Amino acid sequence: MVVKVYGPDYASPKRVILCLIEKEIDYETVDVDLFKGEHLSPQYLKLQPFGVLPVIEDGDYILYESRAIIRYYAEKYRSQGSELLGKTIEERGLIEQWLDVEAHNFQPPLYDLVVQLLINPKTGVASDPKRIQEDEEKLAKTLDVYEERLSVSKYLASDTFSLADLSHIPFGNYLVTTLKKEYLIRDRKNVSRWWDDISSRPSWKKVLELHPPVL
Amino acid sequence: MAAPVKVYGPPFSTAVARVMVTLLEKDVPFQLLPVNMAKGEHKKPDYLKIQPFGQVPAFQDEGVTIFESRAISRYVCDKYANQGNRGLFGTNPLEKASIDQWLEAEGQNFNPPSSILVFQLTFAPRMKIKQDENLIKQNEAKLASVLDVYDRRLNESRYLAGDDFTLADLSHLPNAQYLNGTDVGELFRTRKNVERWWGEVSNRESWKKVLEMQSPPAPKKA
Repeated sequence: MVVKVYGPDYASPKRVILCLIEKEIDYETVDVDLFKGEHLSPQYLKLQPFGVLPVIEDGDYILYESRAIIRYYAEKYRSQGSELLGKTIEERGLIEQWLDVEAHNFQPPLYDLVVQLLINPKTGVASDPKRIQEDEEKLAKTLDVYEERLSVSKYLASDTFSLADLSHIPFGNYLVTTLKKEYLIRDRKNVSRWWDDISSRPSWKKVLELHPPVL
Repeated sequence: MAAPVKVYGPPFSTAVARVMVTLLEKDVPFQLLPVNMAKGEHKKPDYLKIQPFGQVPAFQDEGVTIFESRAISRYVCDKYANQGNRGLFGTNPLEKASIDQWLEAEGQNFNPPSSILVFQLTFAPRMKIKQDENLIKQNEAKLASVLDVYDRRLNESRYLAGDDFTLADLSHLPNAQYLNGTDVGELFRTRKNVERWWGEVSNRESWKKVLEMQSPPAPKKA
């Protein structure tokens, strides 16, 4: 029996798929079409009552929130694939720190840009140029902190690739593709070096090949 | 005896309170080092060295510095696993995953609208900043939807992640406390299971201690 990941077309589920590939865990996917409102169907809400992606089903076990899912699998399969949780409690503490930074400082403005520039046009909702500018400014400020951090550390938490770096990849990918904001990364020498490193991992290449983004 | 851990930030900050209540649950002695945000101390170079985003709290323990309150709480539970409330972060991977799920749900679904409401209703008036009625309305509606999900969950489960109080419930305490002192508290009181849960979690000894730390003691009569 193999874990099922819902919504592979979209970025948050890709966080999970990326982790499963890094940990050499087999998986299956179940399509969920956001534009058809499938994430709000009664069947889906039974699994994920907040109506967002992803959710996983591993036999009878159901778990949602991508960052909870990746923590669970990274810990459960500690002894195989890449080590994503560090070697010590202190390193784990820093990984948790940068995972939360990603969730609270990187993701929110970036997610809003995806809504404003990629989703709204598809659903006929007008975009808000003022918000787009504010989102970019917030993201730029966050990336300035990353630039400083990555000048003294190869990856965010330490000198080893971890869950914290992995968590940035699926949404970060929008910056260098359909959002057309690659300059936010390229204008920052260390962020640029880090982005090239993490996005060229074979696991991410596999995710893009098997589950091409729809946005 | 090991030196107490250090927590930087004002006690009235929701994120600082989150860390303090975790430390109290785990019986970890700590030193609270105030950061005067009204004077901009959180944006000064000395503070930015330990928290480069200029936010509170920051935390130090034997040479490791960590920020982001939920990361700090997770670290404290890992490092001090064998003392205080041992079940706070679960005792096996499945329990831990359920707690992580609800910690994330708190961080992604409860925190955004509740933080905005806490600022608008509690802090903005104190700081003489004009309230944004539209923003308040929008976020009340968002919070109501989230609390509907919680009410269904808490109908089947005593606490969010299961039968025991965990980090997932704890993480809600700071924002919910402020909100329950405003009209938005109605959202909690009109949902039977949420009301029951709130009554239990907010009465924990650890949280009562944090509330004492948030309000300075009344001056003693001479």
